[in-house]
Amino acid sequence: MTGMMNPIQSAAPHAQSRYGGEGYETVVVSSGDARDFLALLKPRVMSLVVFTALTGMVVAQGAIHPVLAFAALLAIAVGAGASGCLNMWYDADIDAVMSRTAKRPIPAGRISPSEALAFGMTLSVGSVLFLGLVANWLAAGLLAFTIFFYAVIYSMWLKRWTPQNIVIGGAAGAFPPMIGQAAVTGSVTLDTVILFAIIFIWTPPHFWALALVKSGDYARAGVPMLPNVRGPDETRRQILLYTLLLAPVGVLPALTGFGGMLYLGVSVASGAWMLLLAARVYRRRDGDAAAKACWSLFGFSIFYLFGLFAVLIAEHGFGLMMPVAGG
Amino acid sequence: MVEAEHKPDEGRDIHAAANKHGANKPEAPDRVAQGLTDIDRRRRRSRSIALAVTLGLLVALFYVVTIAKLGPGVLDRPM
Repeated sequence: MTGMMNPIQSAAPHAQSRYGGEGYETVVVSSGDARDFLALLKPRVMSLVVFTALTGMVVAQGAIHPVLAFAALLAIAVGAGASGCLNMWYDADIDAVMSRTAKRPIPAGRISPSEALAFGMTLSVGSVLFLGLVANWLAAGLLAFTIFFYAVIYSMWLKRWTPQNIVIGGAAGAFPPMIGQAAVTGSVTLDTVILFAIIFIWTPPHFWALALVKSGDYARAGVPMLPNVRGPDETRRQILLYTLLLAPVGVLPALTGFGGMLYLGVSVASGAWMLLLAARVYRRRDGDAAAKACWSLFGFSIFYLFGLFAVLIAEHGFGLMMPVAGG
Repeated sequence: MVEAEHKPDEGRDIHAAANKHGANKPEAPDRVAQGLTDIDRRRRRSRSIALAVTLGLLVALFYVVTIAKLGPGVLDRPM
């Protein structure tokens, strides 16, 4: 515990020492407002989780009361936010030295580490219990495992240990469609396993494109991202390999029948564009052109995942499903 | 002794304030609250309002979810 607190204390001297001194080691008065606590939940990540979980609920072949569906989605969102909060608590020392994250509430000293820990733990337990009571305990168990995987397996172990951190850790972000389906049907089928695979394989090229342009940040923080450990050339090769795998896996829903003609068209076209951008990242290795290629891939990868899942929601939720021939 | 006679500066010197009352360790929460700046108070107020709104919404959510899950006959049970 001491080892975990020291870097955080140095990252947030204001919050720790403001009323510090003998007998006050744990006394902290927050200077954060409601927005700071909201920021701890990583709202942008949370919105992606809500979207993918909603997709899992919509493609699930089952019925659920709309109020319970909303409550289940809310529980999943809060659970995702809680895991983000625990991640920020543990990674405050890293966040403090990276330009992208230095202004987060804990390194900036607006919220103390102990407050963030309590907030994250409370929301974690609350969201899992709520999902169990509202939907079922399979969904709650999957949510609990997702929070554990992200906060403990990824944040505390993989992130600082191996350059494969975001490959394995990507599983945490891939679970929400399964949780959504489990909340509706009480089971998990091949459909959401495929959605899991899409997010899982999408994560490495998405994050490594960012890591290539932010490798200095990660190096300063001592995080063993692939570009720092194996070099940018190897990272570019692996981005291309994962994208070569992602493009066909992205089409699978249309081939197994739960994606229709619209999905087939969008997944083929956007998968081809992802490949083109990954090839550009592979070819352009120096100067502004290299950075631009990385940013293009990073930006489009978000659009790619959003697009695939939006089409699935449109086909299943708004009656746009036109089965692929033979599907 | 000298420190015990010292008058705290608007409550900011919490150790002196506590020693004046003869305690080895000051009673943290009350004393600490005296050291808040105006900005701190505004932020605390923002947190308190957000917490109140959240709790109110949770009460409403629990009520609606209970009705949706168990139906209007939730209280109509055999003894």
